[in-house]
Order: sequence, then structure tokens, then C-alpha cells
Amino acid sequence: MNILIIGGGKIVYFLAKTFLSKGYNVTIVNRKKVECSQLARQLKAIVIFGNATDPQVLREAQAASMDTVLAITPNDEDNLMICQLSKLNFGIQKTLALVNDPNNEEIFHKLGVTTAFSTTRMISSLIEQRSGLDDIVSLFPAAEGRVNITEVALPKESPVIGKSLTEISLPEHSLIGCILRDSEVIIPRGETILYTDDRLVLITLPENHGPVLKLLMGNNI
Amino acid sequence: MAEAKCLYIIVIGCGRLGSFLANRLSNQGHSVVVIDINPNSFDALMADQFSGFKIEGDATELAVLSHAKMDKADVVIGATHDENVNIMAGQIAKNNFNVPKVLVRILDPNKESFCRQIGVEYICTTSLAAEKMITALNQK
Repeated sequence: MNILIIGGGKIVYFLAKTFLSKGYNVTIVNRKKVECSQLARQLKAIVIFGNATDPQVLREAQAASMDTVLAITPNDEDNLMICQLSKLNFGIQKTLALVNDPNNEEIFHKLGVTTAFSTTRMISSLIEQRSGLDDIVSLFPAAEGRVNITEVALPKESPVIGKSLTEISLPEHSLIGCILRDSEVIIPRGETILYTDDRLVLITLPENHGPVLKLLMGNNI
Repeated sequence: MAEAKCLYIIVIGCGRLGSFLANRLSNQGHSVVVIDINPNSFDALMADQFSGFKIEGDATELAVLSHAKMDKADVVIGATHDENVNIMAGQIAKNNFNVPKVLVRILDPNKESFCRQIGVEYICTTSLAAEKMITALNQK
């Protein structure tokens, strides 16, 4: 796989290092001369000095032979431009852009960027969802953070113990995907009763994640 | 542009080009909002010509564009010194806020074909100046 990374700083260095260790071919474009020579010394990557929003620089970086482009400069406007140029002029199918303003995620999708991700959103949702929730065993965001998949263990103080799913009326746009009870896996139905120590795999949206947890865990969160 | 009609115009960037346009368009009776990240740049707006609004903010931040009521705009002009900002804001104006007339200034002639591809109307000041100069040279 050929990956083109645009940006600088430690994140680019470590990303490139990770990709190289997986056997990918990595090309980096960076605007700072000093950083370019540093990266070229440290990594077995092709490093190009220049502004990747200039189509000539992308050509020099052999953009047409890339499978993926990853634009992670600190400027949203540059990341958008790089992804659009890569797709329209060089036919790169997979374009990934970092967005600083979380609201730009949606716009970037609309404008043809395959994946736009916001570290602000990722970190804030991690903090919101992880803080103080010991019973939440694992959690990962899917679909670029628009869906949360969470596993929670029901404590004995939970207000939903002994109740069926129909009785607890989950908020809209949330789902108990399955229940892990002892070593059994249950795909729940409306009449399924919840017991202490049941582990529920929840599918929620970021906006109703909190309310769903509150409903299931009571004041334990 | 219609002579009598008062348009709602958002000018992004209050540098030499942006402030010139904002002063002129406001003086012509249009309702003008200028956005710039640096409040000092608003000094270039002339009290006897400009009677519009100024917004301090980054035009690549959606909240700033919403605050400028971009959804109501008849015209959006991208006039910052960074053409990528102009192009991005222009695309948002067109695709997100459905602004009927969007015009962006670019400097690099290499980006003209890109602007055509994404359907953003542009003026490349470099090409424009070069053409004028060549014409002027040919006249002598």
C-alpha cells in the first residue's frame, strides 16, 4: 500500500513509522526544510519539501500512484484542498483529513473527503464517556465517532434490575445489542429481563449516550 | 449587478482587496459584512464609506460563517491572502449555505483548473495582472 502523509510534528513521524513497520510505502510532504531533512534521516520514507496544496508538489510526490492520502496539517483549509486535489486531479480513492473545527467533519464529507476526523471531538467524547465510569468496560466509537459501542456491567443498585426491556423504555436512537450473562450471549427481546452483573453491549449516539447510561446505571455514574 | 437592488454581501478578509471591496460596495448602498481574523485589519474600513458590520473570526470556522448569517447572503467574496481559505469558505458558502453568487480570489494560476472542477467561481489576480501587462506591452 502506498500512503501519502501531509503534515508535520511528532504525529507524522510516529504515523509514518507505524506504517513503515507494516510494510507500507510512505511518502511525506512537509513545508519546513529542517523538518524534512530530519524526517528523511530518521525514516525510510520519501520526504518531499513543499506545500502540498500546490498541484505541482503533489505531482512530484507521485500522488497518482497513492492508495491513500492523509492530510493532517493544522489548517482545515489546507487539509480540504489536499484531499480534493488528490481525488480530482490524481484519482486517489481514499482521502483522510484532520479537521480542527469539529463542525467541519460533516462539510468535508459533503465535499468529497472520504474520512474527516476531529481530534477535539474524539478527546472530548473520550473524556465525557470514560470519566468515573468504572463499570464501563470497553468502548469504541464507530463511523467516525457518530456511533458509540459500549459494554457496561449492571451493578446491583441499577434501577433496571428485574425489569424487562419494554418496561425501561430506552431513549430513541439507542439499542441494547446483546446481553452477556455468565458465559451465555443473549440477543435481547422486549420481554428479556435484566439481572445484576449482566453485561450489556450498547449502541448509542454521542448525544444520547449519557442519558442511556444514566437510565441503566442510575446514580452510579 | 442590479443597480438599485441592495444586496447582502459577505466579504471574507479585510486586507487590501477585501477592505477596498467592502468600502466600495458599502458605499454603493449594499449591506456588507466583513470577516477577518485580525481586528486591526478593520482599520482599513473608511468611516465615510463603510457602514456595514465587522466580524472578528476565522472564516474556516463554521460558527463564524453562521454568525455572519451566510444563509441569508446574496454574495460571498473570498478575499483573504490565503487562497485555500478562500476556496474552502467559498465551497461552504456554495454547498452548505446555498449562496447564489460566490467569488474567490486566488493567487496561484496552478489552482485555476481545480477551482473549475469544484465549481467555485474565481479570479486569479496573478493571471489577471499578467494578461493586463502583456496587453499593455503589446500596445506599445
